[in-house]
Amino acid sequence: MVKQVPYELVVCIKQVPDPRFISRIRINPETKTIIREGVPAVINPLDKHALEEALRIREQHGGRVTVVSMGPLQAEDACKEALAMGADRAVLITDRRLAGSDTLATALALSKAIRRIGGFDLVLCGAETVDGSTGQVPPQLAEFLGVPHVTRVFSLALKGREAEAKAALEYGYRRVLLRLPAVVSVIREINEPRIPSVSGILRAHQIPVEKWTIEDIGLSEDEAGIKGSPTIVSDVYEIEVRRKREVFQGPPEEAARWLFERIVSVLGG
Amino acid sequence: MELWVYAEQRRGKLVSASLELLGLARGIADKARWALSSVLLGHNVEVLCKELIAHGADRVYLVEHPLLELYQCEPYSRILAKLASEAKPEAILFPHTAVGSDLAPRVAAKLRTGLSAHVVNIELDERRLLRQIVPGFGGSIMAVVLCPERRPQMATIMPGVARKPKPDWSRRGEVIRVEEEVSEEELRARTLELVEEPPEEKPLEEADIVVAGGWGLRSREGFRIVEELAEALSAAVGGTRPALDEGWIKPHQMIGHSGKTIRPKLYIAIGISGEMHHTVGILDSGVIVAVNNDPSAPIFEVCDYGVVGDAFEVIPRLTSMLRELRGAQLKQEP
Repeated sequence: MVKQVPYELVVCIKQVPDPRFISRIRINPETKTIIREGVPAVINPLDKHALEEALRIREQHGGRVTVVSMGPLQAEDACKEALAMGADRAVLITDRRLAGSDTLATALALSKAIRRIGGFDLVLCGAETVDGSTGQVPPQLAEFLGVPHVTRVFSLALKGREAEAKAALEYGYRRVLLRLPAVVSVIREINEPRIPSVSGILRAHQIPVEKWTIEDIGLSEDEAGIKGSPTIVSDVYEIEVRRKREVFQGPPEEAARWLFERIVSVLGG
Repeated sequence: MELWVYAEQRRGKLVSASLELLGLARGIADKARWALSSVLLGHNVEVLCKELIAHGADRVYLVEHPLLELYQCEPYSRILAKLASEAKPEAILFPHTAVGSDLAPRVAAKLRTGLSAHVVNIELDERRLLRQIVPGFGGSIMAVVLCPERRPQMATIMPGVARKPKPDWSRRGEVIRVEEEVSEEELRARTLELVEEPPEEKPLEEADIVVAGGWGLRSREGFRIVEELAEALSAAVGGTRPALDEGWIKPHQMIGHSGKTIRPKLYIAIGISGEMHHTVGILDSGVIVAVNNDPSAPIFEVCDYGVVGDAFEVIPRLTSMLRELRGAQLKQEP
């Protein structure tokens, strides 16, 4: 019989605008700020897959699941939802001085928080978020934690102090042998996230979300937010498209003929 | 001063996104008067240096070791960061492939510098800073990312945003061989093997004509009108995220923000509403044609020729007209 090893599991989650309503997001052309009105906030979809994977590992091998998030106070809702899904503990790094953090500053802050949580065997993240979608935080977090990483994982099997991962490539996959502790980012093919149960929701109410400032995690002001971010966003704009926009509406025979003529002329007769 | 392009190779072949990137980088390097260098890691890959030079590199840094045959994140990132901290390039560009996006962030973190991702366009401003154009929020919004102070400036560039340059085999360049030790212990995330099955058909990003379908086709059966039109036009078939989720297309056929960026001469969107996360992948197409039954669908804002109507009524008729035309053309040929 294989001896069961309990694992210390950390899952990074981010609260993001609900992707179903993402096209409602607009830019205020004067202030260049993002207008999210009417767009509900949810846990980043891939982060739920990361959490689900952690919960399954805990169920199979034993262990503990801690979620870590960084964001404004409203992100407590995302932490509560993660607790309702089954996480044991939730930490929210929330501090105005973190505003404007790019991926490097975010990864550094998360790494400091994870060090404060204590030892870990595996950190799981979603491979990308729906807002920034850089996918850079997991590898950068791994670098700051001094551990190996693998991104875009769709299959993960833990065996003692090792894990075998399959990481998606454009046309196939890469088989990777990981030595723990490690950071893994997952894609949606890895599992189907559970829906929180009523008892889970009730249990979540009993667990307070711990809120940490930059002092709590030992991050200096120079390392946080805009100051700690090598990149800046110098401009944002909505895409403007200049096209002919000739639109035909009529009976299908005529519509097909109208299209046929245009396609033939585009293709050079 | 140097601009670097990471030369990704798999199984001893350069991935085409790296060659495309050399074309893009060549333009930037000429404008900035920087040398263009490429960094190549692998085992027995020296033969590729000539190809990199033919595609625009002035110099190739070559690092070979048996343990570097497959992509190994830790030695690859360590060596790249070490070379960069010695040679101090102004910028390093990576293709935003599965491997490039795994590697580049780790290198940027080691160098404590800025990195942008999913870059769809990059240009040099008057201060010689790279203006990195990045889609955000699923592609509905574009952001201009700069890395004003720290060096190198780093970016991962979406495959397909630049055209592969025509190789000039008479170009001359310099190969700088760098010796690096790599140990088994270093491979804490060890790539054991690559299991790859490249599709047999022509890749979407190389096709002159692409016909794509979306949610409006309602079923796998409905999606066939897309395939039939594509066949009549000798076009490649693509689709949207919902088409992928429904299993009507394969992952490598998905067009848009989390899929491919394409620039065919002619793009035909059928039953595609045209949310930005899709259209961001087709903006550079020559001519965009759309058929959708919803007159308020956003696809009509970004198309050249649109038909408001039932695709199941219009497309089969169009397909048979194109087949007739082709039949007539074939008859004319001796």
